This record gives sequence, structure tokens and C-alpha cells, in this order.
Amino acid sequence: MARKLDKTEEMPTTGHEWDGIREYDTPMPRWWILTFYGTIIFSVIYVILYPAIPLVNGATPGILGYSTRAEVAEEIAAFRDANAALDEQLVETELTAIADDADLNRYATAGGAAIFKTYCAQCHGAGAAGAVGYPNLLDDAWLWGGDIENIHQTISHGIRSDTDFDTRFSEMPAFGDNYLSDEEITAVAEYVYSLTNDDADATLAAAGAETFVNECSACHGENAEGNIDLGAPNLADAIWLYGGDRETLIETITYSRAGMMPPWVDRLTEAQIRQVSAYVHQLGGGE
Amino acid sequence: MSAPSDAPKLYEAQEPVFPRRVSGYFRTLKWWIMGITLGIYYLTPWIRWDRGPNLPDQAVLVDMANRRFFFFWIEIWPHEFYFVAGLLIMAGLGLFLFTSALGRVWCGYSCPQTVWTDLFILVERWIEGDRNARLRLWNAPWSAKKARLRVTKWTVWMLIAIATGGAWVFYFADAPTLLVQLFTGQAPFVAYGSVAVLTATTFIFGGFLREQVCIYMCPWPRIQAAMMDEDTLTVAYRDWRGEPRGKKHENTTGDCIDCMACVNVCPQGIDIRDGQQLECITCALCIDACDDIMAKIGKPRGLIDYCTLADEGRERAGEPPRPAWKHIVRPRTIVYTALWTLVGVGLLVALFIRTDLTMSVAPVRNPTFVTMSDGTIRNTYEVRLRNQTGAPRELHLSVTSPEVLRIELEGTPELSIEVPADSTYNQRVYLYARPGSPAAEAARTDARIWVEDPGSTTRAYSDTIFHGSGE
Repeated sequence: MARKLDKTEEMPTTGHEWDGIREYDTPMPRWWILTFYGTIIFSVIYVILYPAIPLVNGATPGILGYSTRAEVAEEIAAFRDANAALDEQLVETELTAIADDADLNRYATAGGAAIFKTYCAQCHGAGAAGAVGYPNLLDDAWLWGGDIENIHQTISHGIRSDTDFDTRFSEMPAFGDNYLSDEEITAVAEYVYSLTNDDADATLAAAGAETFVNECSACHGENAEGNIDLGAPNLADAIWLYGGDRETLIETITYSRAGMMPPWVDRLTEAQIRQVSAYVHQLGGGE
Repeated sequence: MSAPSDAPKLYEAQEPVFPRRVSGYFRTLKWWIMGITLGIYYLTPWIRWDRGPNLPDQAVLVDMANRRFFFFWIEIWPHEFYFVAGLLIMAGLGLFLFTSALGRVWCGYSCPQTVWTDLFILVERWIEGDRNARLRLWNAPWSAKKARLRVTKWTVWMLIAIATGGAWVFYFADAPTLLVQLFTGQAPFVAYGSVAVLTATTFIFGGFLREQVCIYMCPWPRIQAAMMDEDTLTVAYRDWRGEPRGKKHENTTGDCIDCMACVNVCPQGIDIRDGQQLECITCALCIDACDDIMAKIGKPRGLIDYCTLADEGRERAGEPPRPAWKHIVRPRTIVYTALWTLVGVGLLVALFIRTDLTMSVAPVRNPTFVTMSDGTIRNTYEVRLRNQTGAPRELHLSVTSPEVLRIELEGTPELSIEVPADSTYNQRVYLYARPGSPAAEAARTDARIWVEDPGSTTRAYSDTIFHGSGE
């Protein structure tokens, strides 16, 4: 019987009283106190077996040698093993055929997204929208080509890398370096400006057009449509890497531009590079 | 600080309770409720329900891995979890309603602790005999017979406990498959773990802790006090009729002959004549026991009965109690019923107006728009399509807007995609505005993305925003 509520017998109380309410002092159930002692024994065993007591540097290791860090490392290794077959398949598949295999494509783009945010987002932005001097990877303008093979080549070997012999390389002269006069540069800039703007000075642009044909069209093309073999940008479209206003154009022509991108072939595995390639290719601008 | 010499003990052993067998109206009711609730619990996972080739055929299934809940013809997806929330709210309101009307009726009749303890006591009675035999056995020294009876009882308890723990896991996987897996050692570790834990709790709680669970572990006895009022029907002893108690030949005037029948049948080990108390789960077995005695001594039934506090004064004054329904139907219970019904009707309406094709559209905001080389403005949207049917569907996407926008899908030149049966499909969608068009130059333009199943007339839409280059 849990409690003897016999009106003739006074129940023991603790002696505490609040506004006439007194606190019973009934014994605890034995199972309760045994459970309580059980938890104390458990905690002692736990402290012996597992990391428990914080010290200045780290904590007591516990005799099982358990560590959450090691557990994470094991989990990562387990995932690597689990993905090994897919990685192999990814490396063996033609780059252009990756998108045809739905499962492989999902694996590649999901992994590529993670790698992109780790290694690429610093320059190209977490959303791949780029910044001044760092190309936007979402649009349909590609300096060095936007099909998956070109993207793969660019990621592998970088742009203007001084350590990778297979890097993509081209060099725009600095025309201000005693090569073109300030007036000529202003005129060329006005011509380039006129290609995409209606408010250009027609006379000045006409003068610049002649200089453009002589000095610039070799790389940028006669219609300023650019050349992906040379990484020469299209100057007649709506997209500007450094800016399309007159001042920026003059600065670009005077001092030249030479953006760099590191090669990744030594830092990422082939499977990882293919993952990023597939990811970048499907961002919306891939050709 | 020194303790007084007559300080009570720090702890004491559980005093075993040996409830006597009783029969009567409430015992019969409890047998029925036990049979029905246990039947529902053990058998439900085995009911089959054909949902076509792509979906499981188990009528009630909580499919954690695929995040689906199946209940006969209803299938709940994670985004429809409000149904579960609604049912929990209804369960809560239902508990309020029943407690304010009938006291701890949940505890006494349908709480799993009560139902399984009842079942375990039934087994105990079959094997060891009724109260007196069990008391004798308890006090007897260990012998071959005592050991045999104990081991037999524990074995049957253990089998019930295993069946109970086992039945639980069948709600979470295909029952016939899992049953085979459990016996062949192929079942996942979590299944064995769940069975082991629930077997242990059933065995210990039903076999040994019993009333201790109600008295010391369960929070409900504490909460329920706030739900009861003077019109709540609870099990009570009519002391004005029973007292002064005494043996019949002692010529006392009260109806109570102090036969202890009410105490002997009590699974909680209390004396209801002490008044309402925390330990009482209102199982009403003492009513059956007392009615039986009253019939034998030729007194009217109901010395122990469902009573309300409100009637006490009337009854002491010799008036009859008011009928039970007048206590049950009162503003408080009407409000609870109304709220309960409101939530229930809301859920039913939500159930019938929901479609089997839904979508959600998340505009990509980094960046909000992309300028293409010809000056076209492009916005990107992550579209989730949910095909909540058991068959794959070819779904067509389109856009409507006050301005002119063009829609394209990533990875396909088509505007249709096949979404597999019972699945969510993520599709990146592009909207384009021509250079210089109003949508391209405005800051924001309203857009509505539609998805439709050309095979049926089902369609759904989601409103979103198109960002142009304007400020």
C-alpha cells in the first residue's frame, strides 16, 4: 500500500510549514533509491570509460579511447568508400555524357556544389555570380569556352598560372605604355563604348574604329565578337568583366588586364574536378 | 543538524498489491475495452491496403526512411505534418473533455499501463490463483512449486512483453517482411533495440512496478487535479450512508460492513473510503465489489459509486443525486467539445481540399538576376514538385505574369518533366525577360509559376517575384 491515510494516526512531516501547509515526510520507494544509486554507479563507469573531466588542455581521455573527432573521420572515410564506385564511374565517363546519366549527374552536381563553395566561392561568389574581375559563371558569356570540356580544362590548369604549363595563357598589351597616345586610347574606348551604347560620340567613335581594326581586332575580332581560343572577351555584348563605362575602358586599354586563376589539378582529384565542372556547366550558362 | 530519533525511514520496500478477482458492470466494460485496445494494437500492422505497385500495401505505416505516413486511404507527407499536430491537439482536448467530465477515466480504462497491468494480473491469477492463494504463495518459503509457478508466470509475461515490443516495430516497416527478418537475424539493429527496450518496459512496468508507475512516474495524476471540478464524476464512497461502519451483527447504523472488498480488489492498493486520493485511477472495480456485497446483504447498490462533489450536500440532506448527464453537459465540457469538433472539422476540410500535386518555388537570390550576353535578364527558381500519387506523371510547367516572361527548364529543352510516383522532384526553372522590356527594367514583377498534369485537370501554382535590373 502506497500510503496509509489513517485519520487517527498522524503522518510524519518534515516540520516545514508554509501558511499552514505542511510537508509530508514519507519514505521514498526502494526501487526509486536503487535507481538513483544505479545512475551514480553508471556515471562513475562512464567517467572511467569515456572522455569526461575537462582539463586545461582537452579532457580525460577515458580508457576506451573514444573521440568524436575520430568518429567523424571514420564516417568521412566510410562515405569516401561508399562513393568510390561512383567516383570511378565519373572519371571513366565521357565529360559530355555525364549529364545523360541522371544518377551520376546528380552525384556530380551535388558534390560539385560542395566543392565549389569550398574552393571557388572565394572569387566567384557562393552563388557563382562572380565580381569585378572574377567572371560570372551563371551567364552565357565564356572567356575560354563554356562547354563542359573547356570548363574542365580551365579548372584543371587555371588561367595564366605560372606553375602549370598547360594553363590557358594570353596577354593583352598595355597600350598606354608609349604605344598609343592618350587621344587614340580615348577614341578606341569611345568606339568600344559605342558598340553597346546609344549615347556615344559618333565622330570620336569613328576615329577609334580605325585604331580598333589595326590594334585590337587580331584578338577581339573585327566585329569585337571576341575569341575564346585567346580568352579575348566579346566587347559587343552586355557583359563586362571589369566594367563597360568609358573610364574603365580607358583604364583597361591603357594598363591591360590579366586575371589569374590557380590550376586545381594538383589540389583536387580528377573526380572532384569533374564534379565541379558538371556543377558549373549546369548553372545556367553551360554550352 | 541531528535527526530526531523517530525520523521516518529514508526508503521502504514496495508493498505488493494482490487485487482480488471481481465481476460486475465495470469489470465487464474493462474487459471489452482491454480486448478492443489490445486487438487494435497487435493486429493493426497486419491489415493490408492496396495502393498500387509503387506504394506499400500496409494499412498503417510510419515510413521514417521515406518520410511518409500511411493511414488506410490517407497518405501524409512531411509538409502535411499539421495533420499530426491537429490530431495531437484533438487528443489533448479530448483528454481535457473526458477528465473534466469523468475524472481519470483515461487512467482507469484505456491507459496502456492500466491495460497491460490488467492483462498481467489476469495471467498472474490464472497461474497462481486469486488473491488469497497469491498472498499465501508470496509469504511461503521458496519451494519447487513456488519456483515453478513464478517461472511459468514470468515466462508468459515475457512472451506478452516480447509480443508488445515486437508489435511496435511493425508500425514502422512492412510487418510480414520484418517478422521474417526479426527471426532470421536480418532486421536492422534499431528494430531489435526497440523490441528489447519495449519488452523490458512492458515486462517491468506491467509485472512489477504497476501502481508505482501511476503514483511516482506519471505526471498525469498531478495535472488532472487542475481539470476536475465539483461536477466531475469520480469514484467515491458515500460516507454519509456507510458510516459508522461495522460488522452487521455489531448493530451499527451505516451500510458499510467493513468487509474490505473494495480494498481487496483495488489494483492501486488503496482504500477508497479515505476519499479521493492521488493513487486512485478510477478503474471502478471497487464499485463492482461493493455492489456485489450490497446485493448480498440486501442493501441498495452504490455505496461506492461515480459521484460528484456538487451532489454531496444534496445527498447528505437526503435528496437523490442529480442524473449524471446533467453533470456531464455543462459549459466547460461544451466548450471542450466545441473546440475538439472545430479542430476535427478543420482537419477534415483540409484533408478533402488537399491536392495530390503541389509545388513550392524558391527564387534564387544570390544573385537575384543574371544579365545574359544579349542583355536578356534571367531569374532562377528552385522548384519542388510533389507528385503525391502512386503513379509517375508527366508534368507541364508554365508562367503567367502581367509582363512578358519566358520560361525554360534546366537540363531539358522541353517544358514537361516526368516526376516519379510518390516523390518530390527538384527542377531548376529559368524565367527570361527580353532586353529593355518592362519586366527587365523594373525592380520587381509578379510572376506565377504553374504546374499541371495534362493527363488530368489537376494543376497548382505558386506566386513568386521576377527581379529586373531596375532599382
